[in-house]
Amino acid sequence: MKNVTCDVAVIGSGPAGLAAAVAAHDQGAEDVLLIERDAGLGGILQQCIHNGFGLHLFDEDLTGPEYASRFIAEAEARPIRQILRAMVIELNANRELLAVSRNEGLLHVSPKAVVLAMGCRERPRGAIALPGFRPAGIMTAGTAQRFINIEGFLPGKEIVILGSGDIGMIMARRLHLEGARVKAVIEIQSCIGGLSRNLVQCLQDFDIPLYLSHTLTDIHGAHRVEGVDVAPLDRHGKPDLSGSFPVSCDTLLLSVGLIPENELSRQAGVRLDPITGGPLVDQHYQTSVPGVFAAGNVVQVFDLVDHVSTCGTTAGSSAARYAAGEIAAWDDRMCRIEAGKGVRAVVPQRLTADRDADEVHFYLRSGSVMRKATLQLSNGGNESLFTKRFRIVRPPEMIHVAVANGDFIPSKSYAASLRGEIT
Amino acid sequence: MDIVERDGELVFPKGICRRGREYARREIYNPCRVLTTTVPLLGGEIAMLPVRTSKPVPKAKLIPAMREIASITTTAPIAIGDVIRADVMDTGIALIACRNVAAK
Repeated sequence: MKNVTCDVAVIGSGPAGLAAAVAAHDQGAEDVLLIERDAGLGGILQQCIHNGFGLHLFDEDLTGPEYASRFIAEAEARPIRQILRAMVIELNANRELLAVSRNEGLLHVSPKAVVLAMGCRERPRGAIALPGFRPAGIMTAGTAQRFINIEGFLPGKEIVILGSGDIGMIMARRLHLEGARVKAVIEIQSCIGGLSRNLVQCLQDFDIPLYLSHTLTDIHGAHRVEGVDVAPLDRHGKPDLSGSFPVSCDTLLLSVGLIPENELSRQAGVRLDPITGGPLVDQHYQTSVPGVFAAGNVVQVFDLVDHVSTCGTTAGSSAARYAAGEIAAWDDRMCRIEAGKGVRAVVPQRLTADRDADEVHFYLRSGSVMRKATLQLSNGGNESLFTKRFRIVRPPEMIHVAVANGDFIPSKSYAASLRGEIT
Repeated sequence: MDIVERDGELVFPKGICRRGREYARREIYNPCRVLTTTVPLLGGEIAMLPVRTSKPVPKAKLIPAMREIASITTTAPIAIGDVIRADVMDTGIALIACRNVAAK
């Protein structure tokens, strides 16, 4: 077993990890270690070959690999140690981690600070208890994306997609362009689960049928998928079997949610937020475990990679400052940020009592579609310290606001709420 | 937004900014999209090279372009921005590489 020490260890080299490693170095950490389980850097971006990345950060319309290459170039221009094909399998509360590597064998790493940047996983079939046999041809949308874009295989010829999240819509387009027939996208909610621009550019552009407020009630086929049964939901949200219709297909893609991958966080005793599925973090992106920071989709599933990179930069520079003794662990003077009425989740969920940055950046999700919405941040005494109006807010489109540090009326807790016309 | 065409001119709802008007004009008269796909790569660290059109191409040309691209194979090494095909379906727009790939 090899023993390695370093100032900052970053787990994952997707957009969050790359930004964190670069920022940690630039903040003064002399020894930054970037641990990646794949053969190369870039994480999930390398299979996201579509464009739409970097509109905010670079004012350019980049594909996933192009966006990744910007940060990979930054990382490789700095003396950041990369350990590739290495999977971290253990992390403890003392920040010690254990990794298995094809090249290095078993690695024991003792960093002064850690940045968790493991991203998220897709919700699989078992988690939504889809009835039917287990024929070949059922996979998550991201799996199909990997098959097509990395391996070069077309998973099927007649496709049905369950879920209208971004990955589902993106793959509807990808499969259509590669010559498959995408027969339906089925969505249980009454509106799409992803960005509006994907509805236009992935489904409407290609006349791919979208069935809102519908669900699957059966999958046919014993060895290979032969078809599915689709049914509308009734007033109570239950499948109305009298309206059920069959759709023949040989492939069913599932795009039914992303779950932050926090196995290592749990091992280390990091406190998680049950709504986001990721660690509770403060404005430095430090978790409840001293010196353990988290950034990107492992904290909560973001919509825009630009925000992930900003988050990673904050976490990485904070980790470097922790390693240098400039930032302390959580204490009992921490303030809480709660998701109030109309807000599903808000990150960060904690604030340190003393803050030196000019602004605090918040990322929130609304609980429902609201027009003429007002976002309000109030303290424990219900005094409003920040408001912002939006023409429309939708759950699939994350809200990002910056609040001036000086606007925070001292309080032990704050709540973010949204009011508006619910459609 | 709902837009009406009157006497050959587009009538926009109130409060639309310049960018919104330009977007609407393009979407109505000449909708274009960036085409992104992959082509097989020989002799490289990876098997498929992600590629894109350097600029958006007319929507109607997307599927014909995919058929044209289906016959392309490239060879490593590749640098980002390398022109894989200079003109896609007579659009005057190039197909370029999106990723650096070293030779194996």
